[in-house]
Amino acid sequence: MSAQQPIRRKLDLKTGRVDLSHGAGGRAMGQLIEDIFHAAFDNDWLRAGNDQSAFEVDAGRMVMTTDAYVVSPLFFPGGDIGSLAVHGTINDIAMAGAKPLYLSASFIIEEGFALADLKRIADSMGQASRAAGVPVITGDTKVVERGKADGVFISTAGIGVTPPGVVLSSDAAKPGDVVLVSGTMGDHGVAVMSKRENLEFDVEILSDSAPLHGLSAAIIAAGGAGVRVMRDPTRGGLAATLNELAHQSGVGFSLEEEAIPVRPEVAAACEFLGLDPLNVANEGKLVAIVAPEVAEAVLAAMKADPLGARSAAIGRVVEDANRFVEMRTAFGGGRIVDWLAGEQLPRIC
Amino acid sequence: MKYVDEYRDGALAQTIAAAIRREADPAREYHFMEFCGGHTHAISRYGLEDLLPANVKMIHGPGCPVCVLPVARIDMAIACARRPEVTLCVYGDLMRVPGSGGMSLMKAKAEGADVRMVYSTLDALRIAEKSPEREVVFLAVGFETTTPPTALAIRAAAKKGLTNFSILCNHVLTPAAIQTILQSPDVRELGSVKIDGFIGPAHVSTVIGLQPYRFFAEEFEKPVVVAGFEPLDVAQAILMLVRQVNDGRHEVENQYIRAVSEFGNEKAQAEVAEVFELRERFEWRGLGDVPYGALKLRAGYERFDAERRFDLAEKPAHDNPACECGAILRGVKKPRDCKLFGTLCTPDTPMGSCMVSPEGACSAHWTYGRFREAAKAASRADVVAPPREEVA
Amino acid sequence: MCLAIPVLVTELLPDDMAKVSLDGVTKVVSTALVEDLKVGDYVVLHVGYALSKIDPEEAARTLELFASAGEPVQ
Repeated sequence: MSAQQPIRRKLDLKTGRVDLSHGAGGRAMGQLIEDIFHAAFDNDWLRAGNDQSAFEVDAGRMVMTTDAYVVSPLFFPGGDIGSLAVHGTINDIAMAGAKPLYLSASFIIEEGFALADLKRIADSMGQASRAAGVPVITGDTKVVERGKADGVFISTAGIGVTPPGVVLSSDAAKPGDVVLVSGTMGDHGVAVMSKRENLEFDVEILSDSAPLHGLSAAIIAAGGAGVRVMRDPTRGGLAATLNELAHQSGVGFSLEEEAIPVRPEVAAACEFLGLDPLNVANEGKLVAIVAPEVAEAVLAAMKADPLGARSAAIGRVVEDANRFVEMRTAFGGGRIVDWLAGEQLPRIC
Repeated sequence: MKYVDEYRDGALAQTIAAAIRREADPAREYHFMEFCGGHTHAISRYGLEDLLPANVKMIHGPGCPVCVLPVARIDMAIACARRPEVTLCVYGDLMRVPGSGGMSLMKAKAEGADVRMVYSTLDALRIAEKSPEREVVFLAVGFETTTPPTALAIRAAAKKGLTNFSILCNHVLTPAAIQTILQSPDVRELGSVKIDGFIGPAHVSTVIGLQPYRFFAEEFEKPVVVAGFEPLDVAQAILMLVRQVNDGRHEVENQYIRAVSEFGNEKAQAEVAEVFELRERFEWRGLGDVPYGALKLRAGYERFDAERRFDLAEKPAHDNPACECGAILRGVKKPRDCKLFGTLCTPDTPMGSCMVSPEGACSAHWTYGRFREAAKAASRADVVAPPREEVA
Repeated sequence: MCLAIPVLVTELLPDDMAKVSLDGVTKVVSTALVEDLKVGDYVVLHVGYALSKIDPEEAARTLELFASAGEPVQ
């Protein structure tokens, strides 16, 4: 008579919770990884069950990025921490003009976290990864005691390869260059903050979380060497991104407020909260600084992409020893667009 | 947005700006003080001063209740928040105001104090109801616009029989502040601060009406134009002030006719009168002691007074000696006159309240004023298209 | 501390509350300080409380005054 095998109970995905055994490296952890993560990501690398995954590299300049995702709430209109992690990591690679190839994902899970939520997040990541064509090929799982993580934290790395001849750099912006944005500003931050501030919307504002590697490739194809730098305006919004670039390139910016696309609902939500859309995070938009002679072609290519339908030219790079980002307001006066100091607090005044 | 976008129209701005340029007498200067911090913010956010001729100047007044909150009262709020049983609810603007020793409510929160940002007193009441084991204290700050909501919260707490809700009262009064400015030596005798007229606050006036300003207009012979909140409102109010000065008039005029009436919101005033009474004295940052310039809870509402409930004493505290917030709030100095401005004192590292609050003069100058100075210093034709001043 | 926005009253609720909207962004706020409110009225909203009604005629008159700023005042 053969030895009895333990009955492998299914994970209770409905009411079960993560406990410390799921991070201990034993069978419980193995089951968690298989039933939730392998099921969600579903590829040969992960099914091989190694601590690392191997792949061939085409000759070329490699790009690598790492990110951590700690968004709260975990689930928000238009996305969740999982899809955000996939898109954000892909975008960091894409902003270098590189083609994203592979992702890794490590999870730090708080004891007591609902398995149903973990599955939801993993499935969402899997879908995002497949839709973008960039697989998650390796991962890690840790469980920490209750109170030591806000539900779940996700840390990622991404690898990509740059096509030959593509050299984008944050210090490359030159006076005369044109500033392009790929769409409406402030959607993601408002979608997340509205949940916290008990704002409701007739038409729900969705996070714009999206992978931009198709759009960035189209920009490079249209603009070639005329594309100086691309960046996605995440935390701190467009204002932070342009201020960073101003300092990194040693230039100033001159913007037209009326040219900056903002959805009316986002503008209204910002009025409610006392926020400026320029300081609010985006997760599916990019800023491209391009030489004036390619600006028209690049803008047309952006508008032709589904994620860039509302692309616009919003200003120019100028010489400025002060590194100011200046803007002519829709009202006709001028002001500086600065980094937001400290945490973005809804304003009452 | 209805009642918003129309009042921000750039083309109409040019019409009004042209009228101001035409009617302002080139032989003299006009100095107008906008009292309300919300107006200070609007002026800087829209770049309104770009539309004004050089001889019409705006002076930023002390109408920012966050700015005038003295260090000692912030220290008191922090001390209250540090009590383990207290949940302190505050409006967002207050989180980063510096108290003594560089401490702030935000830093106290990082150290473990239960400080929560709320949008409304309604949120604070909800927290009190949901957490009966916590002592919920609401940091009540603001001029007459913000006082009625606090009054209603106290009444609601009384009605619901809440025993764990109280307020730290720092509500202040507009007319008292205007009076103090107009009577200050800088204005009255020394003439170091010239004020030719006031732009009266928008939403304070929806509550208190136009009546309270008539005294100042007559006694001090200064025109007052109550202006709405949008940049076109402010621009029009400036035009109306220029006309009054030119005509030698000193009347109270209402530009914000869509929301302000002669007697204001009498229901709101009644609610406030039921719950609050005048403090004999209250120190304001910059203005010093303003007699009858602030409110406290009336007899019968003592249990809602956190100062009494927690026996909180006001410990004398001083601003950083180099901080010029006081002089700036009185209009005696400008932000660039302060040694700390832009170096030690920045929006990221505020030394004083004028920099923390988006309504403060220093914050406004950081966002807007520096740009104007730099634009004058270096001529740049292609930076921002030159102000469209030369309208036929 | 005067930030106040003009919002449309879309629904009256019990206990002196109402649902208001600014371009489709809605919130439930207190109307205890304003009397005789109807759906369709606009109010000035400050820290969760309606402070006063906006008079549509006076609002229109203000816009006319802006446009006529070029002409000398009557």
